[in-house]
Amino acid sequence: MPQPLISTGATLDGYVIGERIHRGGMASIWAVTHPEIEGPLLMKVPVMSEGVDPAAIVGFEMEQMILPRLSGPHVPRFISQGDFGVQPYLVMERVPGPSLLPTLTSLPLSWQAVATLGRKIAVALDDIHRQHVVHLDVKPSNLLTRPTGEIVLIDFGLSHHDELPDLMGEEFRLPYGTAPYMAPEQVLGLRLDPRSDQFALGVLMYFFLTGIRPFGDPQRLSGLKRRIWRDPVPPRKLVPDCPPWLQEVILRCLEVHPAWRFPTAAHLAMALLHPDQVKLTARSEKLQQDSFTKVLRRRFADHQLSIPKHKAPIRHDGDAPILAVAIDLAPEAAPIAETLRTMVSRMLTTLPGARVACLNVLKQGRITLDQTLDDQGRNIHHQRLVELRNWAIPLDLEEGRISFHVLQSTDPASAILQYVNANQVDHLVIGARASSLRRSLLGSVSSQVAAQAPCTVTVARSRRLRKADFKEVTVEDSSGTWTVG
Amino acid sequence: MRLALLTDLHANRRALEACLAHARAAGADRCVFLGDYVGYGPEPQDVVELVMEEVSRGALAVAGNHDQAVSELSETMTTDAEIAMAWTRGQLGPASREFLGSLPMRFEDGPRLYVHASPQTYPPWIYVNDAPAAKRALEASRAQTVFCGHTHLRALYGITATGQLVSFQPVPSVPVPLPRHRRWLSVIGAVGQSRDGDPAAAYAILDTDRSEITHHRVPYDVDAEALAILQAGLPPSLAERLLKGR
Repeated sequence: MPQPLISTGATLDGYVIGERIHRGGMASIWAVTHPEIEGPLLMKVPVMSEGVDPAAIVGFEMEQMILPRLSGPHVPRFISQGDFGVQPYLVMERVPGPSLLPTLTSLPLSWQAVATLGRKIAVALDDIHRQHVVHLDVKPSNLLTRPTGEIVLIDFGLSHHDELPDLMGEEFRLPYGTAPYMAPEQVLGLRLDPRSDQFALGVLMYFFLTGIRPFGDPQRLSGLKRRIWRDPVPPRKLVPDCPPWLQEVILRCLEVHPAWRFPTAAHLAMALLHPDQVKLTARSEKLQQDSFTKVLRRRFADHQLSIPKHKAPIRHDGDAPILAVAIDLAPEAAPIAETLRTMVSRMLTTLPGARVACLNVLKQGRITLDQTLDDQGRNIHHQRLVELRNWAIPLDLEEGRISFHVLQSTDPASAILQYVNANQVDHLVIGARASSLRRSLLGSVSSQVAAQAPCTVTVARSRRLRKADFKEVTVEDSSGTWTVG
Repeated sequence: MRLALLTDLHANRRALEACLAHARAAGADRCVFLGDYVGYGPEPQDVVELVMEEVSRGALAVAGNHDQAVSELSETMTTDAEIAMAWTRGQLGPASREFLGSLPMRFEDGPRLYVHASPQTYPPWIYVNDAPAAKRALEASRAQTVFCGHTHLRALYGITATGQLVSFQPVPSVPVPLPRHRRWLSVIGAVGQSRDGDPAAAYAILDTDRSEITHHRVPYDVDAEALAILQAGLPPSLAERLLKGR
């Protein structure tokens, strides 16, 4: 290696190097600035000397490949990197916020705080999973909070990108990760399942809620493997006021088999946002660890976790999307509601992992005060929920795969958009109003939503030929234009 | 500089033209041909002429086993390949034969080695189709990066800081960085006879400034090409495999 090019006050490739912020076993982190780049920056420099685990270099190279491909609020913005021929480094945005590490001194947190934090982390994970990355080292010190509230994931040295060579993939001497947080399949060397990050988040939520790590902090491989057959003490035994739904969510994240966890981090985020829609199973009721005989049987017989030999790439989304259906419950919209149901039902046959959210907007007047009770004293909100459920009966979906939401707003389009954004919806199905007169007077909700939604939008119409459809079409303009009724 | 890496053309004119057009549109500065211009396909003369034209404009070209078999009887060909080769010999003009006979077995271009199969010299034409083969191939060369074809299937192998061999199947259209301080072996998919179930033609572009390789798939008129195989009187199984990409 050449003489150290990096020291406080030095300049490298235009970067003015400030103080060293962190000196770890694998890398040092320096505060840097650049006259042409806005904001405080960080320079990460790998430790390259005798006695350093060469896997640290592999991890640094992996991060050099992955970070430039990531974008969005949940990762530090990549600025540039230095070549190994001169001085390897990575320059990125210095996120102006603390990590979750200091929180460890104030554990346990309230269950409400854990649920809110868990949801923010799940949203961040969903974002990077959609960008083809599994983080594989989710833990408090790798999670920062922006002043705007978003969680930022840092340190992609152990991560896997499913469109890049996995340099860490062959490092089988030890499973790489952080002992308390590592998913069972990761302990066994599998590195491509996004649901491994869900397990780590489950550990974090459990730890923050109870103050105790669910699987301790084992230092040997045998201790790490214990989590494959030994279930943790249920959180509610340690924290009696933890609601059953939160225990359900945490224990589902901590399932040994990835397939038993939530299909995607988006599903997990959604569960944490809508506790009333979480399907409670035996997990939520558990107050004791599994019995000795049950654990013994798991350990020696039917609970062997196997790693597939051929690593097929895993789709991060696609086969388990969150589908939202906006349903107009007005009597005159009945035909379109039926068209919507047929459409959704056909989609579900090809998407066995999909989750459906049924939406209805309870429109509130701008001038009158909120009036949720109608003349008969019946709660309109409740009535709408009943009608939504009724609409969904023919879909025949089990609880947990479908949920119902009545949004109250003066502006239906923005209420739907807000829901789509907050719940990582992948595909929105919405009906267009039948009457073109009403649409031209009021503006079309479906077209506004379709124009502004960040996801796929399918607009359904019940096809009917009306006189008006024929009237105005003349021979000349029928060739080149479409008349949309 | 952007290099278009093309291999296993196999006398498939339509596939070659489609790849060359794609490469031009993608801003390729220079072509590098990794061998097997003839064999299997119905337009050996056209394809060799196209390659000669590119070479006259600065392209590089090395020889493949089928090119060698034009002048030297090959001992290891399948029946179909043998029949096609006998037919091919009758199709090539003297200039084309001379061009194929003059091609080097390998070409070193700075840190890059271009070769048709593994750089191991004996036995000739070793397939690099798994990690152990890639390891032996890299050990047989000192080049930082080896580019080859022959298997018809795209792949990337690399050696990490800990000496581990990494295997990877590149995703089409996604650039993969090849850090310069590590060694890489990059196998390019076939232009003229796909074998991975997707009948589209394959080639790759190497950006030497960024040290990034991007594999591309290029659809072309496979039906017309398969018909030309039948019309040339070549074995129908060659037309069938082209349609299926197997």
